[in-house]
Amino acid sequence: MFATALSAPFWPLPPHRRLGSIAERSKQLVARLGLTNEDLCKLMEAIAARKDRQAFSQLFAFFAPRVKGFGIRRGVEPAAAEEIAQEALLAVWRKAETFDRRKASVATWVFTIVRNKHIDLFRRHAYPEVDIEELAETADDAAPADRALASAQDGSAVREAMRNLPAEQLLILQKAFYEDKSHRAIADELGLPLGTVKSRIRLALARMRGALPEAVHDHD
Amino acid sequence: MITTDPSLQSVPIAHHPDPAVLLAYSAGTLCESVALAIACHASICRGCRDEIERLNAVGGAMISEASPAAVGDDALDRVLARLDEPVPPAPVAPHLDAETRTVVPGPLQRYLSCSLSTLPWRRIGRSLEEARLPLSGSGVKTALVRIKPGRSVPRHSHAGLEYTLVLAGGYQDNGEDFRRGDYAEFDSSHEHQPVADADGGCLCLVILDAPLRLSGWLGRLINPFLRV
Repeated sequence: MFATALSAPFWPLPPHRRLGSIAERSKQLVARLGLTNEDLCKLMEAIAARKDRQAFSQLFAFFAPRVKGFGIRRGVEPAAAEEIAQEALLAVWRKAETFDRRKASVATWVFTIVRNKHIDLFRRHAYPEVDIEELAETADDAAPADRALASAQDGSAVREAMRNLPAEQLLILQKAFYEDKSHRAIADELGLPLGTVKSRIRLALARMRGALPEAVHDHD
Repeated sequence: MITTDPSLQSVPIAHHPDPAVLLAYSAGTLCESVALAIACHASICRGCRDEIERLNAVGGAMISEASPAAVGDDALDRVLARLDEPVPPAPVAPHLDAETRTVVPGPLQRYLSCSLSTLPWRRIGRSLEEARLPLSGSGVKTALVRIKPGRSVPRHSHAGLEYTLVLAGGYQDNGEDFRRGDYAEFDSSHEHQPVADADGGCLCLVILDAPLRLSGWLGRLINPFLRV
């Protein structure tokens, strides 16, 4: 889809821009196309398979402004948020081979990279990550390795589930992700008992579980 | 010696982190030590790993839905110019023996300088040995702790929070069993006295964010050794 779009643009470009840099062309392209998770997966796989700079440029055009916006929402100065966006996208390039579409959506995978960059920049330590390999070796765990949270791969299901969350539950998730607040800090700020905050988190998670069952199925 | 019999691993995990802690893990709010305990638990516990994956997907949706902020005109060119930079080499992983690789979850292996048997264990009283781990966070102590078979940790409570994750063997505390993968969090209201299994003792990852307060005469005697 992208290869075709890039080789034969279907919108008229002014002549002086037609020979623009990769960066310029990607920006124009992504501005015109909404990218689905399937599109983003193909870009990731092109980067992993053949270090495809054009695919990277499109991925950058999609994610860099969002990652910067996410950082600003987390209270980071715009200049630092942009630095994080650049560092995170560079890490996306370097780690592209570890992306596995059966395990997570591109946005989810990028989120964990961005989160770790925030921690690295502001707290100066690594963030220990779950080691999925280990589960395959656990004696009692006969489930196939690709028994992923398949529906979590499709970002739209998550967004839909979030839209359906009661406002009081969504607020707590937003405070955790956007404001980096612990459940204790959230309870203090909202003047709620800790147990109330915990039970809202539990309810929100139960709803996400209902929306994102663990069966493997196709998304295309 | 701590048993590494794989049959121990088939006992279902009974004690899990609260969903609020999984949310804090996913959002990146936890300190390095507690994040390590959660990452280790989730490396053993598929249910919690799935919960974390779902929460990460929420984080992914929050990025997708964040209002885009325009990046500088040269941002992409600057990153493109760096794509061919050499990647900083990963630190050389020390050789870990088979017992260590079986017992220690992947996220924790990266903090070990050597195998379990050769760690600098420090005896604390007659029942315990500990080996400190190099993690960030002032005032937070992170250690591997071995409780000898059938021995107990002196009765104590906590000025702050204590987090434990059982890696091998098991212990009993206030009538409950804790085995490999079980995660427990104790606050200042909780006085307890874990007793290790008689047959194999217990190996735990322990995090203290403030010194223990020991109760009883024996506790007062060894209190100075347990300071953070």
